Amino acid sequence: MATDPLEKTPGSTPGSAPPGAPAGAAPAADSPSPSAPAATATADAVPGQRSDTPMIRFEQVEKRYGDHVVLDKLDFEVRRGEHVTLIGPSGSGKTTILRLLMTLERLSGGVIWVGGEPLSHARTPGGGLKPATEKQLRASRRKIGMVFQQFNLFPNMNVLRNITEAPISVLGLERDEAEARARELLELVGLGDRVDAHPTQLSGGQQQRVAIARALAMRPDVLLLDEVTSALDPELVAGVLDLLRQIAHDTDITMLCVTHEMSFARDVSDQVLMFDAGRIVEQGTPEKIFTAPEHRRTREFLNAVL
Amino acid sequence: MNTFFTAFLDNLPQVLSGLGVTAESTVLGALVAGVLAFVLGLMAGHRNIVVRGVSRTVVEFFRGTSLYVQLFWLYFALPLLTGYQLSALFCGVVAFGLNFGAYGSEVVRGGISAVPRAQWEAAVALNLSPYQRMRRVILPQALAQMIPSFTNLLIQLLKATPLLWLISAADLMTVIQQLRDRTGESLVAYLTLLVFYFVLAYVLTLLMNLLERAAKARLGEHTGTRGLLRSRSAAAAESVPVVPGGAS
Repeated sequence: MATDPLEKTPGSTPGSAPPGAPAGAAPAADSPSPSAPAATATADAVPGQRSDTPMIRFEQVEKRYGDHVVLDKLDFEVRRGEHVTLIGPSGSGKTTILRLLMTLERLSGGVIWVGGEPLSHARTPGGGLKPATEKQLRASRRKIGMVFQQFNLFPNMNVLRNITEAPISVLGLERDEAEARARELLELVGLGDRVDAHPTQLSGGQQQRVAIARALAMRPDVLLLDEVTSALDPELVAGVLDLLRQIAHDTDITMLCVTHEMSFARDVSDQVLMFDAGRIVEQGTPEKIFTAPEHRRTREFLNAVL
Repeated sequence: MNTFFTAFLDNLPQVLSGLGVTAESTVLGALVAGVLAFVLGLMAGHRNIVVRGVSRTVVEFFRGTSLYVQLFWLYFALPLLTGYQLSALFCGVVAFGLNFGAYGSEVVRGGISAVPRAQWEAAVALNLSPYQRMRRVILPQALAQMIPSFTNLLIQLLKATPLLWLISAADLMTVIQQLRDRTGESLVAYLTLLVFYFVLAYVLTLLMNLLERAAKARLGEHTGTRGLLRSRSAAAAESVPVVPGGAS
């Protein structure tokens, strides 16, 4: 699999938390062994049996707009390589979680840890945390990629350039290398013949595949998927979901999906989080959430959408 | 009428040189204005309130004081302070540049803020630096939206160049005025001026429409050839862009 376009660049895989992890970090054993993606499908999908620093940890995270509380002292963890689906009614704060992780929004309180490092905070010499500068945010963002509901391709660039722009100007790749990789990714998403097309010449489903390839080109550890099929015509949804299933199956990338596609959530998730009014009302394996939901709100929600 | 045209033809070198001065002051003034418009317009969107404040102050000052007065200041008043007389053409270029640069900065600011927020967010998600976001993603899209307004300003600048007559630069206006004085043919002289400025303005419009078409084609919005001939900015009606990621 030497030419696997999804393969991480050698050495770019972040190790586990550095020595001297913060006191607030998870009390996980710092195993230097690489995380095992194959293990995610096995029984250790139950939280609490971590053998590694969590990829993502929300610690008392709050988001408020004035008096309106969007996220209410939220705590949860996502292990490395885990696929987590966030479900729940509109306005329950799911998308806000992804936007906070992408640093598109500022926290009102709490700390988000990614790979053992504070995402939008910097450590002070005294051991505390202060809000990160733009430079520090840029270091944090290296680990994370995002695919948007409306694709958000750049209309001033063709398909290839959309994918190569950031690897060239942010990662410093040579153009040849970036383009070769972009072509591989376009093959992967089934658009190998649309390299030179303009985004406006593509269907919504094709645009979203390009957006997925664009995010993967940055080799993120975490991929955020924000209702990526909600803006698509119904007949285009299945193709994009199949692609995401394939990526979830073939890679060790950590995925957080906000979706209303419950069968997809059921297929790919290791963990499902049910949100309501800025809180997690129930969480567990897809089998538990979809077949034996315990909470009344979960049952009401699933009855309404299934 | 014949006397005017005889004089016109006899003095054709002066007329052409006047046309040259008008063209030169328009083009150079527009270049200064363009650079200033981008500098001030980008400053207007800066995080730092001091930078924004400087931009705001400069814009309000040069927008709020008459172009006449600015021209007279540079040509008549400044030499009294500095003891150094600037050339009439130089004064014209500086005054046009400052004045139209101030107006143009609002066009730049508006064009940038018209790019959908989703485009900024996609650029952040790809970890582009603030400079790269602006240079690689936002400005190329904003530019296409700015061109119709820049066309208007450019034509206004052209039509402001007859002010050069007041500081005795030998522009088109000055030359034709001299012919009128010599022949007494006011009607024909001013009709000639009307035609000259109209043709110049229309040529500028066509060039700017070409530029706009090229900029829009790069964004995947293809417009027909007929649009090139229109002389009125269709910005409001036409340029609601259907771009990927337009809505958020």
